[in-house]
Amino acid sequence: MEKEKFQISIKGLDEKIICEEDEALLTALEKQGFAKIPVGCRKGGCGICKIKILEGEFKIGKMSIKHVSLAERKMNFSLACKTFPKSDLRLEIFKKNNKVITIRA
Amino acid sequence: MAIKGVLRPGFAQVRVLDMKEAIIHYRDRIGLTVVSTEADGRVYLKAYDEFDRHSIILRECDEAGIDYMSFKVDNEESLNHYEEQIRKAGFDVTPVEAGEQPGVGRRIHFTAPTGHRFDLYVQMELSNNGPMTNNPDVSQLDPTGMKAIRFDHCLLYGRDLDGTQNLFVDILGFSVSEQVIDDDTGMVIATFLTCSNKAHDLALVRHDEDGKLHHVSFLVEDWSAIRDAADIMTRYDISRDIGPTRHGITRGQTIYFFDPSGNRNEVFAGGYHFYPDNPVRIWQASSVGKAIFYYERELNDRFMTVVT
Ligand code: FES
Ligand SMILES: [Fe+2]
Repeated sequence: MEKEKFQISIKGLDEKIICEEDEALLTALEKQGFAKIPVGCRKGGCGICKIKILEGEFKIGKMSIKHVSLAERKMNFSLACKTFPKSDLRLEIFKKNNKVITIRA
Repeated sequence: MAIKGVLRPGFAQVRVLDMKEAIIHYRDRIGLTVVSTEADGRVYLKAYDEFDRHSIILRECDEAGIDYMSFKVDNEESLNHYEEQIRKAGFDVTPVEAGEQPGVGRRIHFTAPTGHRFDLYVQMELSNNGPMTNNPDVSQLDPTGMKAIRFDHCLLYGRDLDGTQNLFVDILGFSVSEQVIDDDTGMVIATFLTCSNKAHDLALVRHDEDGKLHHVSFLVEDWSAIRDAADIMTRYDISRDIGPTRHGITRGQTIYFFDPSGNRNEVFAGGYHFYPDNPVRIWQASSVGKAIFYYERELNDRFMTVVT
């Protein structure tokens, strides 16, 4: 059976990304070369890919409670690497991706 | 100098979000053996070339990261001595009774200035699956997965890097092998500490949050083993950070990758031999790219920002 595909739009940006059902948002973003969201562990542990879902249905996988508390979960905060769409989504991202960084104390 | 006092990293207890996935990762992919699962749910594992009972403990929890890293000490006298010295330096030392982990004698633990908990202990049961000692073959168990030889070292992130470094150097007798320093201020940004002949047994990076884990590292045999590990990562779709590459610091060959809970792991091969009379090797922060990733010559964003 064909996998269902959903459209993901991001607050403040024009580009739209396609994400399949059962595909993590971060995987779809990374695969389609969308460099605006930072990619960390991809496993719900580091919290760098934090997002807020503004519209749409989704489900989540296991993630560190330190980065998204239960209260935040109720407010639709999530981690892109552990969020799977069940409909088209609109979301907000919080951290910028700097490709290369230099250490300055 | 013969290796006395603190001998080596002994074990690390790592928090995982899902035990089932974690076991597949650490056992089937990295190649550790599950030694036991205890009533409290903790799972004990070891690498094929380790004599002692276990070296990695997994604890299921809703937050990833590291509970503690433990170092093995040569004898009770040294342990008592360290206990006293750590107390004298103003740190709380908490005893852990023998048997808190199966097969492990009494431990002491303390929290270092970077917020990490460390343990010291003397005694651990020998494994019956360890390296052979009588006309020994290369291995008793056939190495599997990435063929991890042993738990090798950790890199930890926290604020008071100087405080933790001083504790390990002044009290526990570690040496500094390499440092990254700020070009202008001379502030130490990263420090590599050894209690042995290895280029590092513990590394620390200055970071604005305490108690963080950057990676838990496993020794593999050589550059070919690194390639084989990379093949496994792709085949099983393991989240890879960077590599195969080489570190300028230690000169080790490496891949960084993530376990299913987002904890970073490393497979590490080579690295120079350290002797306590070696001068400290210094890297200016302006050359930090080469220091960390010798081939890329630049840091990826993840190196400084992604920790558990
Ligand atoms: S990338 Fe680490 S939590 Fe999503
Ligand atoms: Fe390392």
